[in-house]
Amino acid sequence: MAVMDTDAGVARAATTEGPLKRWLLARPGVTRIAVIALLIGSWEFAARFLLDRDFISPPSAVLISLGALLATPGVPKALGLTLYEIAIGFVLASLIGVTVGLVVGLGRFAHKSFMPIVLLLYGLPQITILPLFVLLFGIGPASKIAFGVSHGMFPIMIAVAAGVQKIDPVLMRGARSMGASPPQILYHVIFPHMVPSFFTGLRLGMTGVLLGVLLAELYVSTAGIGYFTSLFTQNLQPAKLIGLVSMLALIAVVLNTIVRRAETHYGRWRA
Amino acid sequence: MNGDLREHFNREPLAIRLASHGVQVAFIFGVFILWFLATNVWRVSSILLPNPFDVWRQLIEVIRTGEFIRDLRITLGEFAAAFAIATVLGVAIGYAISRSRYLIKVFEPLFAAIYAIPIILFLPLYVMVWGLGPPSKIALGATIGFFPIVLNTVVGFGNVDRTLIAAARSMGASNLQMFRHVLLPGALPVVLAGLRMGFTVALLSVIGSETIASLAGLGHRIVNLAENMEMARMFAYIVFVIAIVALLNTAISTIEAYARWQ
Repeated sequence: MAVMDTDAGVARAATTEGPLKRWLLARPGVTRIAVIALLIGSWEFAARFLLDRDFISPPSAVLISLGALLATPGVPKALGLTLYEIAIGFVLASLIGVTVGLVVGLGRFAHKSFMPIVLLLYGLPQITILPLFVLLFGIGPASKIAFGVSHGMFPIMIAVAAGVQKIDPVLMRGARSMGASPPQILYHVIFPHMVPSFFTGLRLGMTGVLLGVLLAELYVSTAGIGYFTSLFTQNLQPAKLIGLVSMLALIAVVLNTIVRRAETHYGRWRA
Repeated sequence: MNGDLREHFNREPLAIRLASHGVQVAFIFGVFILWFLATNVWRVSSILLPNPFDVWRQLIEVIRTGEFIRDLRITLGEFAAAFAIATVLGVAIGYAISRSRYLIKVFEPLFAAIYAIPIILFLPLYVMVWGLGPPSKIALGATIGFFPIVLNTVVGFGNVDRTLIAAARSMGASNLQMFRHVLLPGALPVVLAGLRMGFTVALLSVIGSETIASLAGLGHRIVNLAENMEMARMFAYIVFVIAIVALLNTAISTIEAYARWQ
């Protein structure tokens, strides 16, 4: 078993193998793209020759049907509506998360008493109460936003509270003894120290909001993407279904990348 | 000594500790009192919020008659299959990739990118291919559980201290000895954490996909009761499912702690 054909192995291979292999070994990204291409290729092959075209479409057919998908009445609007639900949910989850996180994180007593409650609520399997959200907020966007918020706010709370807890008490005492008012302390001491954990929380919160909104959309929907996924499923239109789902996955990746970039960018200053 | 001192100074005074526990107990009591007042005094519609006593009665009845057994068996069966597939594939593929630093560089970003996608999105596709029954839940749970397991296996086995490996090899350890005494102990904590994460997400996605589209199972039962407006019974089932999930999570955490200690 080649336990560690890592550095030494790569180097050895690089000196003894041909130029193509050496070139590839220096560029894992190229191999990664080749792996993805291979996967898509085998999907194309399987869908074309092995599987039932009524239930699965080859990627080429999905690409071709993207135009038809976007021309389907209501689909662009549904995508917009889902994005809107995610945006509102994310803003609300951030507001609630930061407020509660600050309150719970700043006071020692508040932290000791309320943090276990927050962790308990965060640990509950929220999916079990999805039908309840729909009964309370209706089948429109409100229930999706609410479910997104309830998934997104807890990670933000926990990250913000953890971040504020880590602030050196000397800094707080120093600021207070030099006569800083509470708003000044909040703005000049707490906020700058909160930034890295705040963005970590935002990243986790985004994951939660996406999950919550999409779960609620798939559960019941009259105008959002959930409506169209069930429509395409019932009408056996796999190409459109895969196209729509892929677009949403792409949106999720883009949103996640944005918050991740923000996290590394703003987390850099102290890391 | 130093640690003891710090411990001593960091410890909260007894009064504060008691008070914070008091707040927690009061919070839970407060929720129940509000629930009681809302249903009995302020007359909130029982379609929105059933009476806590009704919920309790229903819960007792559900447990006494054993009507939950069929749904529980289906959900747990789906979950067990999903977690088993995710574990076998995740650990095997993760271990294979972790043997080469080059493969780690190729595959880790790929898995991490897919991990960032809410895979529940693909549920309609899974239902289309595998139908409304258990196979689609097993497949989805296995997919969602696979990624934390494979990522942690790659990281766990890939980051074993190189000095230890070089030392073991120079002392003539066989491959099996190397695995048993160097790689496994080094990687185990991270792999176990991945298995625990995979366990939780697979369980939740099985229940979630039952909620969204299914023929049977605990998630299906809750939706069914919601659609029939049998709110007290639905709440009873919610409490039941939460208890089951909590029980399973406690069990896996205990097993993890035990394996770590071993």
